[in-house]
Formats: sequence, C-alpha cells, structure tokens
Amino acid sequence: MSTTLFDKVWDSHVIRKINDGPDVLFIDRHLIHEVTSPVAFLGLKSRHNTVLYPNRTFATADHNTPTINQHLPVEDPLSANQLKALEQNAAEYGITHWGLGHQKNGIVHVVGPENGITLPGATIVCGDSHTSTHGAFGAVAFGIGTSEVEMVLSSQCIMQPKPKKMRINVNGKLGFGVTPKDVALFLISKLSASGATGYFVEYAGDVFKNMSMEGRMTVCNLSIEMGARGGIIAPDEKTFNYVEGRLFTPKGAAWDKAMVYWKTLKTDADAVFDKEITFDANEIEPMITYGTNPGMGTSISSYIPKAESVEGGVASYRKSLEYMGFHEGDKMIGKKVDFVFLGSCTNGRIEDFRAFASIVKGRKKADNITAWLVPGSHDVEAKIKEEGLLDIFTAAGFELREPGCSACLAMNDDKVPPGKVAVSTSNRNFEGRQGPGSRTLLASPLVAAATAVTGVLTDPRTLL
Amino acid sequence: MAYDKFEILKSTAVPLPVENVDTDQIIPARFLKATERIGFGDNLFRDWRYNADNSPKTDFVLNNPIYKGKILVGGKNFGSGSSREHAVWAVYDYGFRCVVSSFFADIFRGNCLNIGVLAVQVSAEFLDKIFTAIKSNPDAELEINLPNQTITLLESGEKESFDINSYKKENMLNGYDDIDYLTKMKAEIQDFAEARPF
Repeated sequence: MSTTLFDKVWDSHVIRKINDGPDVLFIDRHLIHEVTSPVAFLGLKSRHNTVLYPNRTFATADHNTPTINQHLPVEDPLSANQLKALEQNAAEYGITHWGLGHQKNGIVHVVGPENGITLPGATIVCGDSHTSTHGAFGAVAFGIGTSEVEMVLSSQCIMQPKPKKMRINVNGKLGFGVTPKDVALFLISKLSASGATGYFVEYAGDVFKNMSMEGRMTVCNLSIEMGARGGIIAPDEKTFNYVEGRLFTPKGAAWDKAMVYWKTLKTDADAVFDKEITFDANEIEPMITYGTNPGMGTSISSYIPKAESVEGGVASYRKSLEYMGFHEGDKMIGKKVDFVFLGSCTNGRIEDFRAFASIVKGRKKADNITAWLVPGSHDVEAKIKEEGLLDIFTAAGFELREPGCSACLAMNDDKVPPGKVAVSTSNRNFEGRQGPGSRTLLASPLVAAATAVTGVLTDPRTLL
Repeated sequence: MAYDKFEILKSTAVPLPVENVDTDQIIPARFLKATERIGFGDNLFRDWRYNADNSPKTDFVLNNPIYKGKILVGGKNFGSGSSREHAVWAVYDYGFRCVVSSFFADIFRGNCLNIGVLAVQVSAEFLDKIFTAIKSNPDAELEINLPNQTITLLESGEKESFDINSYKKENMLNGYDDIDYLTKMKAEIQDFAEARPF
C-alpha cells in the first residue's frame, strides 16, 4: 500500500496499537529544558521509577536564562532554582546536560540539529511546542506536556492517537526579499491559527526543495502556529550533508546503515492525504502580523483587513486590534516601532544573522529602536564572530547578546514594556507574550533589519 | 500522578466567550518558574484577571462573583500555543474539572486528559446555547456525563454527545493514567529499543 513519509516514520515506531485508543509510540530522542522538566522528574521519583534510557535524553538550559553576563550567578532566584534542578536531575540520572555557560549551550531546537541529535526518520519530542522544528530533517517531531515528559523518561514512549495527514505544496520561485519565515507566515494567514489542528503537515514542492536546511527548520518550527502537531519535509542530499559528521550523528557502518534507511523516507507517488493544499510562490510577499495570534498576518505592503472580511468572530478580532492599538484599514508600513528582536528557535540561526547583516551593513540603528540580537546557541555566536558579522553589527550600533530564548517569551529580563511595539523574528504575537502589555509584530529577519535602521515598519525590498 | 476519578459532574459554569484563548493567557510565561506543581491557580488568566498593580480587573469573568462552578466554557480554538502543561495545572488548581469549547488545540486537549481534566468538544451551535443559557441565568447548571458521553443543559434538557476514545474514557472513569499502562509494557519496550538503528 502507498504510504506517506509521515506514515513511514510514525508506523515504524508504534509498539502497540490500542483499539479505539492511542498508539504506544517509541521515542528515539528526547530533549529537555529547565521549565517543563522539573515536575516530570518529581513524578518519576514519587512513583519510584527511573530513567529507562538516559542516553536518549539531552538537556539544555534556554527558556529562562539571561542573555547578558552569563558568567555571573543568575539573579532571579526562581530561574536559578530551575536551572539547578535541571543540572541535578541530569547528573542524578546520567543525562547529557548543556547548562548555562557550557560551550554547547543554546536553544533546544537549535542545539539539537547542530549536534546531530536530530536525525531523519527519528521520533523526537520535547516539552516545548516548537519541537516541530526537527521535522525539517524528515523526523516526526512534536511538543509534549510534562506528564508525557515523565512518560518518556520512565518508558521512552508516549501514548497518542495518530494525527491526520495534510500536504501543503508551494511551487515556483520565491520573489526578491521573500524568506522562509514569510512562507510560513503566509501559510498560517491562509489556514488560520487553528487550520491545521489535528493534522501532521508534510511540506512539498519546489520552494521547500530549494530551501536551505535552516529555512526548512524555520518553516517546520511554525507548523504549530497553524495548530498542526508537526511539520515534516522529506530528507534529501542537503539533509544528509547537514547531518553528517556532527557530534551525535551515527558514524562508520552505523552511518551507512542509517543512510540506506533514510533514502527510503519519502511519500509514495500515489499516497493519499486527508487534506492537500497548493499555493504558488509568487503569491507570497514579505509578511507582517498585526494582531494577537500568528494567523493575523498580511503582506507588509497591505492594510489591516476589516472585521467583516475575516473568518471567525468579529468581537474577538476587534478585541485583538484594540490590544494592539491598531484599527481596521490601517496601513502597516510606516507604523512606529520601539523594539526589534532577532533570535529564537524560529530565526536564531546563522543564516538569520547573515540576512539581518545584509541590510544593516553600512547603515545605522535608528535612535528610537532598542534592538536585541540573540544567537540561538554558542555555535551560532561563534560563527557570527568568525564571519565578521559582529563587526558589521557593531559598526551599525547593534550589540550581540548571549544565547537563549530571550524576548520570544520574556521569561528572563528581556521584556518589551507595556504598550511598546516590537518587530520580532520569533513565533508568537499573543497578548503579553514579550512582556505584560507588549505588542508584537512577527516578521522575517530582513523586515526586522529594515525596521531597525529606519525606526518604522519598513519593506526590506526598499533597502536590499 | 494518577488522578481523581471522573464520572458525572453537575455544576454551574464560568463563561469565557473569547476565541483563540492561548496558553500564554491561561498562564503567562513568567509564572512558569516553579519546580513543583503548586499554586498555579492563583495565576490562572493572570493578565486578564489582574491589573499591573495586582488589583482585580472587575470586568473579567473570574472576578465576577455571580459566575462560579467547576466547568469553564471557552470560545473556539481554546488552549492554542505553547505545550505548557502548567496551563492545565492552573485550570485544575483553580477548581475546574472540565473545559468545554467548540474546538481545542491538540496539545492542550491531550494535557487535559493526562491530568484528569475532561475536555469536552461541542458543536458551535451548542456552545452558543450554553453561553446564552448562562447569560440569562448564571445559576444554570450543566451536567457532564462521562459514562454516557453527554453534556446537558439541565434547565432546558437540551443535550449533545461528545467524543472520547474508549481508552481515555476508561482512564478517566478509574483515575488511571498512561504511566500506569506503560509501566506494564516495560519488557516489550526494551525489546523494541534493542532493535532500533539509532
């Protein structure tokens, strides 16, 4: 029978199918961080269980870590306590742990791929919804709750019903100044923030085939923002080249054996999806969001839609615009902006910093802008320095911070103040996401850079 | 952590007719710093419930004493966003045992069932009926009957059935959880793990 890429990976990990119930799914790789794991370890202890396969779990500190002075003790006692709990739990059970200050430390969805923890054909979970990122490698990867973190620790399995399957094709060639982030924001704006709920999405077509691995990670990362459990892209030579030789990648005979399997990971020609949608790349422009969920996005050159023209409730739509301080029919370009954030598991990789540099090079940061440039990991930070990007940033009046999730969810001190507007390369524009009362416009690194040098929301195509 | 058994719940309900209620509203990220599952109910809907000076926002439903009960009724796409189970811990800790909506985000719904909060998905029409009934009488009671898989507006007798797979239903009725199940599968899991290529 013809099957999809998703079926192949999922089905090969099912240990038991429960009639009118979930599948028992084996998990190859488990990533943990300081915020969603402590209670799972407490549960493990209270049941007198232990970690079944410590070598399949990897820990990094990222969510609440400061992005300056990481060599000093963490000031916030609650954050410090969580970091200590992660360190102690990892040590007690023999789990690899990259804590604050460790050379391998960084955002969980950045360091996983960088170190070959992320592999094609693997099942990967983490107590974080953006685990969908790893689908870029042809892995089945998704976020789980803390109860499930405990399940994986104690049994290396979770129990979930198999999701439905959707394929999204984008064919053709992306236009000038249009990035993977714009593709994702475009798809979310078309499908809505709940349009893919219940589905696992395979991305196919020219655009994803021609996209870099980092671009694919950005797209898969944002799958959850349209409600999907995860996104997946068939592995190809680009994938294998990326994975080869990394810290935890199989080596020698194990690599050869894995490659034989990985080359089978594609959707059969006549496989059927529960839903299939196709777009043309030339429909996509640089994107911007204007509301309080990622589905409220539009091309940067357009106007905020009227309530009557959007699907869903008018009252919720107006409540959202009121929070943002925007009005139906407003033009987006030229909106005053106070903060720019480059970073996160969505856009905190080296290509994102290169894109940002391509615009700020030879220009100056606008005086009204506070900018936070936060690499996704120490590896990314090192590349920024090696490639001379730091010099470009410094000359343009920008500072580089240390790695972490930072202003994406503002668990540390990187908070946008009430009422202030941030153009952010992160993944969520929810009310208060970047600090109580903060207003977030999601955009690509190019839009963020163009805005950072002009001080108002700017179409990057005018500066490229 | 196995949880309370759930069979039949009869209660008034708290209405929150807002769409796309995300988990950052249910529990903002700055309240995720605990290392134990304690006290999350205090910060349920923190920024909708309290002003910056911690005074209650009088127009928010949780601060309106005429609405109370063990059932929270939310608008479409309830629980979107982050996978934080803390959102469900906050809902539970506040005193809710059931959340009703016309559409749930996947991870939130799974998290609910994993800790013993019943997520009941109803049609958009029935959701409207519930909101209307509560608006005209805040003391209107709902009955959630898990064995029969029905939700009933007790005043009018209008009811609808809801879906839950039989595995999860058994778990909820008996207070079992997935770890109880997986623990019994250990040998089978170990055999499977040995054959994995990586």
